[in-house]
Amino acid sequence: MPEERSGSRNNETIGKTLLVAVTLCLVCSLVVSTAAVTLRPLQAANKALDMKRNILLAAGLLAEGEDVEVAFDQVQPRLVDLSTGDYVTDADPALHDPQAAVRDPAQSVTIPPQEDLARIRRRARIATVYVVEYSNGLRSVILPVYGAGLYSTLYGFIALAGDANRVQGVRFYEHGETPGLGGEIDNPRWLAKWTGKQLADTKGQLRISVVKGGVDPDSPEANYQVDAISGATVTSRGVSNLMRYWLGEQGFGPFLAKFRSQGA
Amino acid sequence: MRAETKAVLIDPLVDNNPVALQILGVCAALAVTTSLATALTMSVALTVVVASSGAIISLVRHHIPNNIRIIVYMVIIASLVILVDQILKAFAYQMSKQLSVFVGLIITNCIVLGRAEAFASKNSVGLSFLDGLGNGLGFSLILVLVGTLRELFGTGNLLGYTVLTPVAEGGWYQPNGMMLLAPSAFFIIGLIIWAIRSWKTDQVEKPEYRIRQVHRTEVL
Repeated sequence: MPEERSGSRNNETIGKTLLVAVTLCLVCSLVVSTAAVTLRPLQAANKALDMKRNILLAAGLLAEGEDVEVAFDQVQPRLVDLSTGDYVTDADPALHDPQAAVRDPAQSVTIPPQEDLARIRRRARIATVYVVEYSNGLRSVILPVYGAGLYSTLYGFIALAGDANRVQGVRFYEHGETPGLGGEIDNPRWLAKWTGKQLADTKGQLRISVVKGGVDPDSPEANYQVDAISGATVTSRGVSNLMRYWLGEQGFGPFLAKFRSQGA
Repeated sequence: MRAETKAVLIDPLVDNNPVALQILGVCAALAVTTSLATALTMSVALTVVVASSGAIISLVRHHIPNNIRIIVYMVIIASLVILVDQILKAFAYQMSKQLSVFVGLIITNCIVLGRAEAFASKNSVGLSFLDGLGNGLGFSLILVLVGTLRELFGTGNLLGYTVLTPVAEGGWYQPNGMMLLAPSAFFIIGLIIWAIRSWKTDQVEKPEYRIRQVHRTEVL
């Protein structure tokens, strides 16, 4: 039976109101923080596993139903000094936290605004790259890339095959774009359009970009162009810019040059 | 079970469905119904939140000062939603990524706050829990229906299994891409409401205004 809301217990005094508000806040914050703290290890493990899954998917190394940890054994994480392009050998890649490095002024550099294509303001000095060596002697390398979309920062991986000039695959694993519009950047059907594209022309000029209005398959440019997502102009431009930044001289350019000449 | 208790649980399924009759929570019904799996997860999440928030609010209803009652409901609901979100992130990570912001948006789902204010603040704990459960299930019913239709006709799959083999994979079915866009959920919910109201004619609302013909000779 519905009962009338009554003030008979005298709930309406200022003292009681404050008491209820404070108690409620304390109890709720306790519950929420307990849940957050106890579940954090599980969530962190999920996140790490998801990242590995996306690295493998970018390189097309994960078969249907295959265990991520098993498949990841063929991938070697390596640390790279972005300015010189050399491998860093005196640190453990497993302990390197790229997101913490960006926040630490000692481990990161400010990007001058005119060079900041990806609109990320700072980047870490050292980045983790993932190298896969196949039994037939071929290699591919998977690079972490990120940059601003429309509402959020897009985090992803790009896998480059053999000569490190051909795109093997692209994946985005974290973003906050509008589902159905910008959020389509994690749609495998769109990501598949990247596969096989060339980064740079024969002169070494970086050409890869995302273009609006469709790619003409007969044009000589088609090798370097990926069709933009309809309804997501800003996000598509963001993807184009972040790729150009990270694959360019300010990003992994020096490393890729050394990787191609096999030095690195 | 007494008739009244039963009514609290059963009524929201069809007779007083939160989506089809009260037209609440439509935003979520549009956003998460592109596939049946997301619709099911969202249904479970919302049912858990609305049932347990009903029970908790009813438990403390004699102590809630009238002038801050809505804030109190919101704090309780928000805490429960964060809890559900954290649990999803820990145990169903891929699913929580697909649902993205929509689990968090349960906080603003009118069904939850509506049941708190209209029912849980005036009724016993058990009844409030059942009322929340009933409304959650009523919401779930519509979501699952819409999710099934959209996934089946939009992709030819159901829960990821191929039911109607699409042309692209050598079958006969041409997937209807519009089903994957938000407007199709409007059409389907509209059709469901039409079907329910044709069956239960007492749900049909009287027109609020009717145009009256006035002849020139008539004195106004």
